[in-house]
Formats: sequence, C-alpha cells, structure tokens
Amino acid sequence: MRILLTLRNKMFLFFSVIMPFGFFFLYAGVFAKGNPEAIRYFLGPVVSLAVMGSFWGLSAALVSFREQGILRRFHVTPVTAGDMLASSIVANYVLTLPTVAAELFFARFIFHVRDFGDFLSFFAFVTVGVVSFASMGLVVASVTNTMQETQVLNQLIWLPLIFLSGATMPLPFLPKLAQHFGVFLPATYLVWGLQGATFFSLPVWKLWEEALALLVWAILTFFVSTQLFRWEPESKIPRNAKLWAVATALPFALLGIWENRTGNILLQSQAAYMSIDRQDKSGRPPNQPDAPSKHQRNRGPFQ
Amino acid sequence: MENFVLQVENLVKRYADVEAVRGVSFAVKEGEVFGLLGPNGAGKTTTIEILEGLRTLDSGKVSVCGLDPQRNSEQLKNEIGAALQSTSLPDKLRTFEALRLFASFYSRRRNPEELLRRFGLEDKRDTFYSKLSGGQKQRLALAMALVNDPRVLFLDEPTAGLDPQVRREIYDIIEELKREKKTIVMTTHYIEEAERLCDRVAIVDHGKVIAMGTPRELKERSGDKTRIEVRLARQESELALRGLDGVSDCRNFNGGYVLHCQRPPQAIVALVKHLEAQGNELVSLEIATPSLEDVFIELTGRRLRD
Repeated sequence: MRILLTLRNKMFLFFSVIMPFGFFFLYAGVFAKGNPEAIRYFLGPVVSLAVMGSFWGLSAALVSFREQGILRRFHVTPVTAGDMLASSIVANYVLTLPTVAAELFFARFIFHVRDFGDFLSFFAFVTVGVVSFASMGLVVASVTNTMQETQVLNQLIWLPLIFLSGATMPLPFLPKLAQHFGVFLPATYLVWGLQGATFFSLPVWKLWEEALALLVWAILTFFVSTQLFRWEPESKIPRNAKLWAVATALPFALLGIWENRTGNILLQSQAAYMSIDRQDKSGRPPNQPDAPSKHQRNRGPFQ
Repeated sequence: MENFVLQVENLVKRYADVEAVRGVSFAVKEGEVFGLLGPNGAGKTTTIEILEGLRTLDSGKVSVCGLDPQRNSEQLKNEIGAALQSTSLPDKLRTFEALRLFASFYSRRRNPEELLRRFGLEDKRDTFYSKLSGGQKQRLALAMALVNDPRVLFLDEPTAGLDPQVRREIYDIIEELKREKKTIVMTTHYIEEAERLCDRVAIVDHGKVIAMGTPRELKERSGDKTRIEVRLARQESELALRGLDGVSDCRNFNGGYVLHCQRPPQAIVALVKHLEAQGNELVSLEIATPSLEDVFIELTGRRLRD
C-alpha cells in the first residue's frame, strides 16, 4: 500500500525517477564522456545518490502522516511502531530497486558497459544502503515536528552527504580538509562500497569494514527510530531524543577517526580516480583496474 | 454479578496543570450502547482514548474485554474497533484499498466487499479519500472500525460536523449495530443522539460524571418537568414566578426565564394573568418537552453547547 501511495505522489516521480536518471546521464554523458570504463567508475556515486535519496521521501511522508493525524488511525490497530517503520523501509527498497536496475540497464545498453564487477557485492551495498539511509530518514522524522523543520534538517544532512562523500565529486577532487571530514560521513562508505564492488570487482568480504559499518549503523538508526516514534501530532519530542539521534553518528565518528589515521578509503578513492584519469589522458581504455593492494591499504593518503 | 465488558474506576488524567479527567467511573455491559454526553472539553475524548490505548492514564483502573489498555495494548487492539473524532487517511488512498489495508492488520476480519455494500460505499469503491464527502468519509470511518468484527466499538463524536441528513444516516447505521447487540461506547454533545441511540448515558462535565442512567431515568430525575422558556418586556421577580400555579421552579437564564412545570397549561394561564396584573408583557414563549438538556441545565446551570 505504501508503494502504491508513493507511486501516486508526484514528488516521488521527481526525486526517485527524474533526479537519479538526470544525474546518471550527466555523469555518463558529460563527466565520463560516454567512456564505458569511466561510466563504470561513476556507477558507484550515481547509484549511491539513488540509494541515499530514500531518506528524503521517507522522513517527509512520515512527518506529513503524523501532522495530518493519519498515524493516529493506525495506532488504534494492532500495528506496532516497528511494523510501521519496517514496512516503510521495505516499500522504499522495492521502489529503489527499479531505479537502480534501470541505471544498470542504461549503462549496459546505451553506454556499452560490459563488466559490472562483483554483482553480489553491489547488491549487498544497495540493500544495506537503502535500509540504513531510510532508517536515518525515520530518525529525522522522529526529531522534527513539522514538515518545514523536516525539510530544513534534510537539507542540512543531504548537502554534506552528497558533496563531501564522493557522490557528486570524486574525493581526491576535494580540498584535504573536506576529505578528512568526508570520512566521518556514512555516505562516503556507501559510495566507496559500491565503487569497490563495481569498479574494482571486490567481493563484499573484502569491503567488510564499509559493509559492517553501514550494517551496524542501519541497526542502530532503526532501533533509535522505533524508540523515538510518535503517533500523535501533538506529542512532544522526548527530551533525550536529540541525544539518541546524535548517538547514531557514533559508528561513523569512530570509523572516521580510524580512517583518518590509516587513510585507507582516501587512498582507494585516489587509486580509482587515477586509474580513470590515466586512461582519459592516454585516450584508451585501461585493462582491468587494479584493486588497491594490501600494502597500499595500509599507507596513509597521498603519500 | 453483571457481565461488564468494560470497567473504569476513578480514572484521572492530567495535561500539564489541567486535570482533564477527574475521577471518572462507569461500567458497560456486553451488548449495551453507552454514551458519554457532555460539552466540548468535558474530558469525553480523553476518557475514550485511554480506553482505546491511545493515551496513558495518571491514576485509576481501566479494563476493556478483561484487558489493561496499557499492558495488553496489542491484544486489546485486536478486540476493539474505533472511529476517532476525526479520521484522517492518505488523500490518494482509495475507499476499498483503505478497508483492505486495515483488514490486513487483524487475524479476525470481515469481508471488505461486504462492508462496502453495507455502508453504501460500493459506487465510491475506487474513489480517492480526498474526493469523498464528509458523510462518506464518516461512513468509511465506521466501516473501518468494524473490519475486525470488534467486541467493543468506540465512536468518538460520530456525527460531529455533519449536516442533519447525513447525521440521520449515521444514526440508522448505529441503530442497526445496536440491533445486532454490538457493545458500543460513544461520546457526543448532541442530546438527540444520546437519547435516540444510547441504552445508558453518563453526563460528563469538567472531567467528572455528574449523572448516569438510562435516558428515561435521567429525565425522571428532573421530575419529568416540561420546560417553558419565556422572555419578558421587563424584569420580573424569580420568586413571584416560582410561586405561580403549576410552576415548580424558575431560573433567570440568558436574559429570560426558564420555568419548570409539571402542569404546563395551568402554568401558562397563571403566567399570563400575573403579567397582565403587573403591566408586563410576554415577548416570547417556548415550550420544550423534558430532555437530557434539562438534566444538564439543572445540574450545571449551563446549556450543553454554551
């Protein structure tokens, strides 16, 4: 039912269909200049935008349902907060999959990308990405009272997520300070996870840090959103809610500190970017790009 | 011992400094239609929402179908149906989809098709919720409250804001449920609704039950007296009017006088003669048969919708 309702919403058409496809053709046609290998490089960022977009719609829908008193009607049924939130995430997942599939389809048949890397790994990151970012949307809905507040908070979260994570601009392009900040963002690990899967064909167990961090974050944000869930429009945000919401940033705060010390993810992004850049300058596609070696993974960034 | 399906003992609920419900107690028998009658802000909705498990109570004891709405919330919600004071659904949800969706939440459920037919919504089956009229929305809300064939049905102001014709349609539906011996707890501030539909009524004011019984018992309590409302050209002494033949009580009310009479014809004749003798004039005269409104006025000195 949530899927049907979402499909009947014109805003959905923009955020979940037009915007991701717009980004896809912008990246594939303009940035990658139609080069299949460069498009393969950009698949990670462009798919991550579609995956992350889930948090917008979900937070807005939940807050508007609460504001209009729709959630109250559900509250007199045996449906629990967990049921309500889990069904929202499942609906979001089902709606994101066709967009992602269409992007792969266009990449294959319009831009002739032949190798999509490790598909299982890619699918795992899409799944954990949708669940975790949708759960973050649910937390946003829990700590805001009105649609306006939700939109402001969404903007504040969305902009750093897309600009400092490598989703819109490769990480090595960013100033060093921004790169060091970027590793505190969950989006960075999603972008890299998807890029690792598609571009370096890395199986999910070789991207275990990224996958595990996103998974732990998904569980934590979902748990927090069930604790903070409010059915009634007039019910107040619990005093400790903001503290709980901030606590969801903990896994990536720790990971960010670790990554800033080791520099793994920044190094990997740079290796991926340089591989594309080399190919662009030589004018011919490279062979299978080299996955960063264990040695490289342990060196600091840009050393 | 009577077979009570719902019991409320000394219920108290506070919102910040305001005590919305102040020690309400009542019990409802299986198959009974029980009404909470009172003005807006009397604490009726708060009481009913505590019974539905939507709000927590501050003190007192509540049991619905033998369950505590706080502790056994999920179990309770399988046993009850509710039409809230204002039911809201997503604008783009169709009538039949709403019934099917809400039916899917219960293990015991009625056929949504049959409910559509019963509530006269067949031709609105595929209409978006936003396109339904007020009456159709309310019929859908009632149908949705019945999707799980509940043991107790809660109706919070089921006809508030509806025009008289639609209100009568809703009355017919509730009367049909009454014939089926469905246990119903309803709130209302319409006298007619309480008198016509309820087996027993609790009159609620300022968070307290001020009278309880069948509509007949309550009316008898006010002595089955006819109410005559008069407006006079000049002020009269209440004492003098109270002493007229056939008049048992008189009160100054909204600039006029309310006379309670057991023998209205004698009272009117005596009143006219008295006014003539005083050189006063009758501006208007209204005779009302005894109703629950009189009971309310007698107990509170106010009208129900003041």
